[in-house]
Amino acid sequence: MKKIISVRRIIPKPPNIKKHAIKLSETTLDKKQKANVFFSEVGVFFLFLWITTRAAFSREFEFNEFLRQCYQIGNKTLPLISVTGLVIGLVLTIQSRPVLVDFGAESMLPAMVALSIIREMGPVVTGLICAGKIGSGMGAELGAMKVSEQIDAMEVSSINPVRFLVVPRVLAATLMIPILVLYADALGILGSWAGANIKGNVTFVLFFSQAFSAIGFMDLFPAVIKTFFFGAAIGFVGCFKGYTAGRGTESVGMAANSAVVMASLFVILIDLVAVQITDML
Amino acid sequence: MTYSDPNISQTPQPIIEIKNLKKWFGGLQVLQDLSLKLFAHENLVVLGKSGSGKSVLIKCIVKLLHPDQGSITVMGEDVTRLHNNDLAALRQKIGFLFQSGALYDSMTIKQNLEFPLKRIRKNLSKKERDEKIEEVLENVGLLNTMHKMPSELSGGMRKRASLARTIVVDPLVMLYDEPTTGLDPATSDEISLLINEVQTKYKTSSIIITHDIECARATADRLIMLKDGEVYLEGSIDAFERSPDALIKSFFK
Ligand SMILES: Nc1ncnc2c1ncn2[C@@H]1O[C@H](COP(=O)(O)OP(=O)(O)OP(=O)(O)O)[C@@H](O)[C@H]1O
Ligand SMILES: [Mg+2]
Repeated sequence: MKKIISVRRIIPKPPNIKKHAIKLSETTLDKKQKANVFFSEVGVFFLFLWITTRAAFSREFEFNEFLRQCYQIGNKTLPLISVTGLVIGLVLTIQSRPVLVDFGAESMLPAMVALSIIREMGPVVTGLICAGKIGSGMGAELGAMKVSEQIDAMEVSSINPVRFLVVPRVLAATLMIPILVLYADALGILGSWAGANIKGNVTFVLFFSQAFSAIGFMDLFPAVIKTFFFGAAIGFVGCFKGYTAGRGTESVGMAANSAVVMASLFVILIDLVAVQITDML
Repeated sequence: MTYSDPNISQTPQPIIEIKNLKKWFGGLQVLQDLSLKLFAHENLVVLGKSGSGKSVLIKCIVKLLHPDQGSITVMGEDVTRLHNNDLAALRQKIGFLFQSGALYDSMTIKQNLEFPLKRIRKNLSKKERDEKIEEVLENVGLLNTMHKMPSELSGGMRKRASLARTIVVDPLVMLYDEPTTGLDPATSDEISLLINEVQTKYKTSSIIITHDIECARATADRLIMLKDGEVYLEGSIDAFERSPDALIKSFFK
């Protein structure tokens, strides 16, 4: 095929005016344009949610990647969650003891602390820690993959990057965060027992039987359910921010940063909604 | 190949045909009215200054970027109108070498090659897959780094690994974005040879973007120079070398 083709000179066109137009910068956007940017981001968010949901129900599931993500989530957060869980139990006990003593209700201590850990403190604090640790990790990882064109590379090899990267991460977070919350709850109650032993003297068995006698199904069940939503939100927001990162290295940092902000906000909002719903039951 | 019927016209049906392609980024027009054809089993070298839109051009061909105007036909299918499964099926036939390499940095070199191979050539057994991977890595001279992570390799090695990942699935059309940039002359020559070998062995048609004139000399059947988002000059390597044009001369010094 090495045949010679005659040289053809194309006369250059006059320079295009559009080419020299300056790109609109963030500061020149007026209010209407800012609203458009906001709504387009909301639009992209729901579009991405739809794409992810669709990919999650496709036949091929990346099980190995899912396991790897589960391991990573546990591995990354376990030390931090252990310490936090213990300290929360300890602090709650030390703080509430004088008040309960004043009212002569010291025997209520285990039950009260256990209830507040299981219903509120355990889920929310673990959720916020995971939003920081896992949300930022996923945002940065996917953001870096986006910037270095790895996501594009998957796409041109006709591998669906949402199915390979996003779905396993979201599902892993949805499964792992409830487990981490239950673990934090357990350590919190342990910490509380330690706190109770600083001034008083309660046996481990007595403390736990008092604590658990107060906890009913309707305390545990809604608290566990909401942590699944925490997990899904954290995983999804982290992936969304990473996946939609812009070009250039600074957008990786921005993706990680805004993933934490948005995931924490989601945790708080989901908690608010969950409390309202539990209240109605 | 069913899409080229020599009875219809004298000139063969092109594998890739781009007509009046235009692409803007905000106010910046990167491609203006670009038309080109790539014929079967041909190596087309694309030259052009940095920022002239070469990478944008080949990204439009695989629909990583969406052209604003114009049509792109690849193997008889209009890329701009393809979606989901049809697009995925077409992309399986196209190999794309990224300028940046784009190796998956959470996987070893072997896993990088295995990843597309497992998912695109589903009928291969594990043994056949391993053989194929070893053969390709041998070709790019990376057999002994098979179990290393991309971060442990040098820039040139990463480039070659990503070339290996592109050719491992035996594509019909290859799009090389600067395959020899950042390599020493000896390795560049090997890569050029490899490009020619892929062309003859698998009957591929390729677009090769390069600044490396040696690579262009070794591989080109035809050349195109881009300037201001258009084809500025088109011809054989001889025609380019003899051209009096200043821009062309600056490339062929
Ligand atoms: N995704 C994008 N968003 C905005 N602008 C872009 C994008 N991709 C490319 N550009 C712009 O398009 C122009 C052409 O880029 P392109 O990467 O095609 O250049 P190139 O010809 O490949 O150059 P080089 O030889 O340096 O690789 C550049 O000005 C670049 O800034
Ligand atoms: Mg380029």
